[in-house]
Amino acid sequence: MQAPPPAALAARDLACRRGDRLLFRGLSLAMLPGEAMQVVGANGTGKTSLLRILAGLLRPYAGTVERGGEVALLDGRLPLDEHLPLGRALAFWERIDGRGYGAEARARWGLTALEDVPVRLLSTGQRKRAGVLQANARGAPIWLLDEPLNGLDSAAAEGVEQAVAAFCAGGGAAVIASHQPFTLAGMRRIDLADYAP
Amino acid sequence: MSAAAAILRRDLALLLGNGRGGPLLPVLFFCAVAVLFPFAVGPDAKLLARTGGGVLWVAALLAAILPLDRLIAPDIEAGFFDQLALRGVAEEAVCAVRLVAHWLSFGPLLVLASVPVSALLALEGETLRLLVLGLLAGTPGLAAIGLIIAALTASLRSGAALAGLLLVPLAIPLLIFGAGALAGGDPAALAFCAAISLVLCAIAPFAAGAAVRAAREG
Repeated sequence: MQAPPPAALAARDLACRRGDRLLFRGLSLAMLPGEAMQVVGANGTGKTSLLRILAGLLRPYAGTVERGGEVALLDGRLPLDEHLPLGRALAFWERIDGRGYGAEARARWGLTALEDVPVRLLSTGQRKRAGVLQANARGAPIWLLDEPLNGLDSAAAEGVEQAVAAFCAGGGAAVIASHQPFTLAGMRRIDLADYAP
Repeated sequence: MSAAAAILRRDLALLLGNGRGGPLLPVLFFCAVAVLFPFAVGPDAKLLARTGGGVLWVAALLAAILPLDRLIAPDIEAGFFDQLALRGVAEEAVCAVRLVAHWLSFGPLLVLASVPVSALLALEGETLRLLVLGLLAGTPGLAAIGLIIAALTASLRSGAALAGLLLVPLAIPLLIFGAGALAGGDPAALAFCAAISLVLCAIAPFAAGAAVRAAREG
């Protein structure tokens, strides 16, 4: 008898409270390597909080999370020094990760020509693409993406969808919180409205 | 270890460069107090020599408040701490490195500046020696208090004003023993000042790290 493959990410009976408000409760999920899941829900229902709980940055009000490996989280913020040129700002994270992200990854996200542009001068979409590179290029087996398509043009959005598809095909597990349609074959959906108290 | 080196490199570039307001503001403030004080109390050399050391200590203490609002808060807002935590770098480690960089960005400069400005206050000989040694012993403690307060107030809206208020009472022991060494001419007080500094430096990374984590829940 073969043992089932280890879960990439499992959560049991999660509840999240922010301030005085219970956002969701009784949420369980189990993801195998290669799976993708979209988290949907109206604004303020706890999509971002759920991803932060899954990443281990926020303590759940109840329940447990098990992670089968390192987690990459892409959220609305850009942890790059605003006054530095993009190349040098990214170099800090390349040193932390102990690996260069490479010219090929930069080219894929259309950042090659922006290497010498200060981060504060980047447009919304360019910032998002730089964020994708910063968060996801280090080879973590679990991706948590919070509104990854915000501010991206259709070509770049398609690029993100293809990147997630390739990542899952390579055995990665991805959770995508988005209220925009995200096209990915075989993606599961979880609606936070089902877990509202 | 390579992560710590990378973080220290970024911190020093930020705090010594122009990324966070630059290191010159605390030193200019410190020198400005020394320049203004003789104008305010008059050119009586004896009076200046008796009070000047204490004034420079107060100036150093207040100068240490200036960089606090930019010390931790911008990195929490931009998600640096979160992304480092996801990569397995503990908040305590980040804060320990930040403490070193923070002290380097204002401590040595204040100590160096205290030598020329002490001439304006008629401080010389043994008093000057005790002042320089005292600042050398006390500024790491000031940096440690500053780091803790910067982390605690990072997620508050009026954190900057509160940071100034909070640092003053916490820094009183350093001031008593650091400036007290000048009044009594007693090197033993300096040893106390250095001991307080050491304790504060040992606590600061843990206190600041816990504060950064607590800020996530807010």
